[in-house]
Amino acid sequence: MAGIVVFAELKSGAIRKASLESVSEAARLVGQIGGNVTAVAVGAAPADAGATLGRAGANEIIIINDPRLAAYSGDGYASVIKGVIEQKQPAAVFFAATPQGRDLAPRVAVLANAGVASDCVGFAVDNGKIRARRPVYAGKAYITVESAAPPLVATLRPNVFSQKTDGAPASSSNAAADGVDLRAVVKEVLAAAGTKLDVTEAPVVVSGGRGLKGPENWHLLEALAAAFGNAAVGATRAVVDAGWRPHDEQVGQTGKTVAPTLYFACGISGAIQHLAGMSSSRVIVAINKDPDAPIFKVADYGIVGDVFEVLPILTEEVKKLRSGN
Amino acid sequence: MDIVVCIKRVPSTEARVKVGSNGKSIDPAGVNYELNPFDEFAIEEALRIKEKSGGGTVTVMTLGPVEAQKELRNELARGADKAILIKDDQLEARDAFSIATVLAEHIRKLNPRIVTMGKQSVDRDNGHVGTMVATLLGYSCVTEVIKVEIVGDVARCEREIEGGAREVVEAKLPVVLTAQKGLNEPRYVKLQGIMAAKKKPLEEVAAAAVASKLNITEMSLPPARQAGRFVGKGPEAVGELVNRLRNEAKVL
Repeated sequence: MAGIVVFAELKSGAIRKASLESVSEAARLVGQIGGNVTAVAVGAAPADAGATLGRAGANEIIIINDPRLAAYSGDGYASVIKGVIEQKQPAAVFFAATPQGRDLAPRVAVLANAGVASDCVGFAVDNGKIRARRPVYAGKAYITVESAAPPLVATLRPNVFSQKTDGAPASSSNAAADGVDLRAVVKEVLAAAGTKLDVTEAPVVVSGGRGLKGPENWHLLEALAAAFGNAAVGATRAVVDAGWRPHDEQVGQTGKTVAPTLYFACGISGAIQHLAGMSSSRVIVAINKDPDAPIFKVADYGIVGDVFEVLPILTEEVKKLRSGN
Repeated sequence: MDIVVCIKRVPSTEARVKVGSNGKSIDPAGVNYELNPFDEFAIEEALRIKEKSGGGTVTVMTLGPVEAQKELRNELARGADKAILIKDDQLEARDAFSIATVLAEHIRKLNPRIVTMGKQSVDRDNGHVGTMVATLLGYSCVTEVIKVEIVGDVARCEREIEGGAREVVEAKLPVVLTAQKGLNEPRYVKLQGIMAAKKKPLEEVAAAAVASKLNITEMSLPPARQAGRFVGKGPEAVGELVNRLRNEAKVL
């Protein structure tokens, strides 16, 4: 058992960055356990896939392009990836912890008679065995897990693992999709109004709570996010439950766990289930009227003040900085 | 339409987590338990599908300690027809594969058309049991659904993907659906439901031993964040904040 198989997820015809990060972490680990990094792409992979995945650390890529698998099918994809696992007998199988990776990994694991470590944030090799570290209770605690027998199937949290860019081009081959019997298929993708960055992917997140007083004031957060250009807008559970914002923006234990470089908590008091979802952000800024709000206990920088007064000024300052650069 | 709903009793989302003396799971002392929040949407959807189809049985099932009778009774009160408690005092030692294997074995006997459950339990945060149960049983599975419509032998679902976009997925029945928040607005338990629940069957069976594929070697708490500093009050503090973010934290 050596080597790692990595699922190279395609989005809009390109390989996702989170998959490249997974390939790079796999390359680091095979340096210790031996074997190759084999990337598997299902669908129409881009022409430069070998070069792109190679730079990230893949030794070889296998492309399974079959018209029946042109749209995502969890059971269909799982059965073809299982074929690659049988052929390669890897020590581990990696997926990016994206909606597709999260859906696919457990299906593959059952077919490979394995368990899944999800949303992993770190790996170590101990006596030739890979151990994975992952959050539980939305990040209130972490566990380290190892598999009773190979392979260890894992999903890797995006934006955690660094991406290699100096690898040699990977060799490329095609494989057939044998014995595919599709039970569930994606029929279409309904885009959101406008393209918005997901809170889990954005390097900057601007979140609002009840202190914003109502959905009509969200433009203040959107303006700050727009000034950054690479920011997503998030919300607390209270705000989502009140119907002010859609659920996909909720940060916290029943929403999404985020770890951006910079997190702005605006008018957020800091309920424990919200803190669980954002405390691993690199830098946290809190703006709140109440100096005793729990959010200030996790914030690196705090402003005690009215978000309605502070946000417009902050937005102007960020705009000035961005245009000046 | 026969439907099975799998639920889980989990520590409250308000709970503070401490590592237990075994160093591998939490210290349950002082922790309140409650129904996994995502399971509320799963049970509500099952009840709606049954009501729309005009017949069938909704069976609510859990793997867990005897205390989980409370959560099962509550779902009977909400409208489920019968409950099965697969008793297990060692739930913490099981991984998702072990849990899914036990659930699948009991679901198979009931031969439902639809299985629903929360998209993940908020303790281990795996989100694996649904897809694993489906794969073990050869059922279809659609995860993180926010809309479901049953049309003949097909479940037409919408699931949330990144940035507010949605995938439309068509899956053949039997199907496992894992519920995302936003799927529906769960109904409240009414007094007459609580009365009716007392007469509904709650079966108890022993859980089979199934070895886990993953073993926990260690549980730890994340390093506590140091509280930072107030850079000032009101809009006048913005200049200092920007300065710190730029020159100290180097994130601007």
